[in-house]
Amino acid sequence: MYDYTEFDAAFVAERNRQFRAQVERRLSGTLTEDEFKPLRLMNGLYLQLHAYMLRVAIPYGTLNSGQMRQLAYLAERWDKGYGHFTTRQNIQYNWPSLRDVPDMLDSLAEVNMHAIQTSGNTIRNVTADHFAGAAADELADPRPVAELIRQWSTDHPEFQFLPRKFKIGITGSPNDRAVTRAHDIGLQIVEQNGELGYRVIVGGGLGRTPMIGKVLNDFVTQDDLLPYLEAVVSVWNLLGRRDNKYKSRIKITVHEHGIDDIRARVDERFAMIRPTFTGIDTQLFDEVKAAFAAPAFKAAPTALHETAYQNDPIYRAWCDTNLAEHHAPGYAIVQISLKAHGATPGDATADQMRVMADLAEFYGHDELRISHEQNVILPHVHKSDLPAIHDILKRYGLATANIGLVSDIIACPGMDYCALATARSIPIAQQIATRFDELKLEHEIGDLKIKISGCINACGHHHVGHIGILGLDRAGVENYQITLGGDHTEAAEIGQRTGPGFSADEIIPAVERLVHAYLAHREGPQEPFLQTYRRLGMAPFKAALYDEAQAYAAE
Amino acid sequence: MPREFTPKVVTANALIEGDVVYQTEDDQWTRHLSEAEVITDEAHAQLRQIHAEAQTETVVGVYLADVAPGADGPTPTHFREEFRRTGPSNYPHGKQAELTDV
Repeated sequence: MYDYTEFDAAFVAERNRQFRAQVERRLSGTLTEDEFKPLRLMNGLYLQLHAYMLRVAIPYGTLNSGQMRQLAYLAERWDKGYGHFTTRQNIQYNWPSLRDVPDMLDSLAEVNMHAIQTSGNTIRNVTADHFAGAAADELADPRPVAELIRQWSTDHPEFQFLPRKFKIGITGSPNDRAVTRAHDIGLQIVEQNGELGYRVIVGGGLGRTPMIGKVLNDFVTQDDLLPYLEAVVSVWNLLGRRDNKYKSRIKITVHEHGIDDIRARVDERFAMIRPTFTGIDTQLFDEVKAAFAAPAFKAAPTALHETAYQNDPIYRAWCDTNLAEHHAPGYAIVQISLKAHGATPGDATADQMRVMADLAEFYGHDELRISHEQNVILPHVHKSDLPAIHDILKRYGLATANIGLVSDIIACPGMDYCALATARSIPIAQQIATRFDELKLEHEIGDLKIKISGCINACGHHHVGHIGILGLDRAGVENYQITLGGDHTEAAEIGQRTGPGFSADEIIPAVERLVHAYLAHREGPQEPFLQTYRRLGMAPFKAALYDEAQAYAAE
Repeated sequence: MPREFTPKVVTANALIEGDVVYQTEDDQWTRHLSEAEVITDEAHAQLRQIHAEAQTETVVGVYLADVAPGADGPTPTHFREEFRRTGPSNYPHGKQAELTDV
């Protein structure tokens, strides 16, 4: 884990002091809302539908137990006893009072956390593979470079007023768990002639105009990375459309200019600024890298786990769905589902946060991760500790064995909370999860990603869901459009619209019909939904959605 | 032909708590939609909105929301305003937890 230096701590403390004064001036009337709004947004504070919302950065989704406990403390002390983990690996508090936010920020600073650049037209929280440092398929841990980028981009003077927000995602594995192809810049650690470097993907993004990123450079060396990134953002800062908010993201710039033109401009800018990077960034990277050294893994028997696996079907189901392969022998990656059937996806109570912190401290080398899929990860767990962990998770409603299954749904806050939303997401996710739990089909269905957004901004990543659901307002009524065939992995694809949308009452049966069509048409349990869809195309699913609906209506 | 003016209330969020609030006839801010002033005249609505917008030390995000007048006071005509009146649908939080007559 990276520990803040004196500089980092002083920087955050100064920002908090400034913000406290700004809040006081707003409350006293010295600052108008127009003056205050950009200042609060620079510190992650939004005004939503029912209350303020404070978005706290969890850089590259990495936390230690002390930080998780502090998040629990904030939830209890200043919110309603829970927090909401997001697809950007952040946490959001939905009910703070404006007056309390400076205290919340000071409290976060005590554990090296903050809310800087979680909003505004700037480089946002850098996200990374939630298995970073643990995955069996990993080429290198992406967190050191994510931390380097965090330091470089925080309060970067050139990049505080970009044309629009800017998101960077990083993976160190060929199997992309960081959705790098749907980021403004996606970085993939690759190897070339024995040297590690970065494939730079640019111009991905979801929202109103979803696009899959294009490869800008197949290999950028570690030494060149920061100047190269600076060149990319700098080129977009000049070219990006400030005349039209909906055309301002780099994906539109890349689309309008073409990737070759952008590459030429980036190369030109890179040549200009490269000499100004004197090597301090490389030196800093080496220091940061040391902070992410792997923990001391133990060699111990795993018989406890194997016995439990043989004898306890509930434990076995949990292991089969919620564990991932660790690079160290005898170890596993534990995925804790925040998607109990019928619960709000991504929400954790203060008690649950404390339990997860305790588990990390006692069994997990003091490390936790937040996934972009709104779950929590214990990245380093010896298998002998798994039965004990499972027992504790069960007691706190955290042992749902559904990672990657139909109820492991990404859902944005939607109109229950978000001021931008045009329909609700959460109740749709709750109802789908509950319905498939009733049907007892979840494990039979296998790998299926449902992602739901409550508006066109696509915070729920619906475009890259195997089944994507987009909530819209159609003449004053909630209406849900379905897309199929989206993929968030290294083979990223944007899903295709099936046809007319469904009302809130119709959407759950519609999803059920889709899943039954899949079960009827698949070649066997080994063929997941996405593969069946790719083999057969839209037709059988469209028939299930619309023809069957008409048949029911005619009866 | 100008579009017919539908009944409105002046709504906003409270500056400190962020709560949804409504303007009353006697220039107060209430958490209860049932106590809001129902405006049926467009010119009057504009004046009331301007008056509300000037209260920057009390409220933020002032706008006019459509309502249907009724015997028990106005009710929302759009689902967004219904959620603003009550609170989120996944938890009994917000106004539905704190107010009894919404």
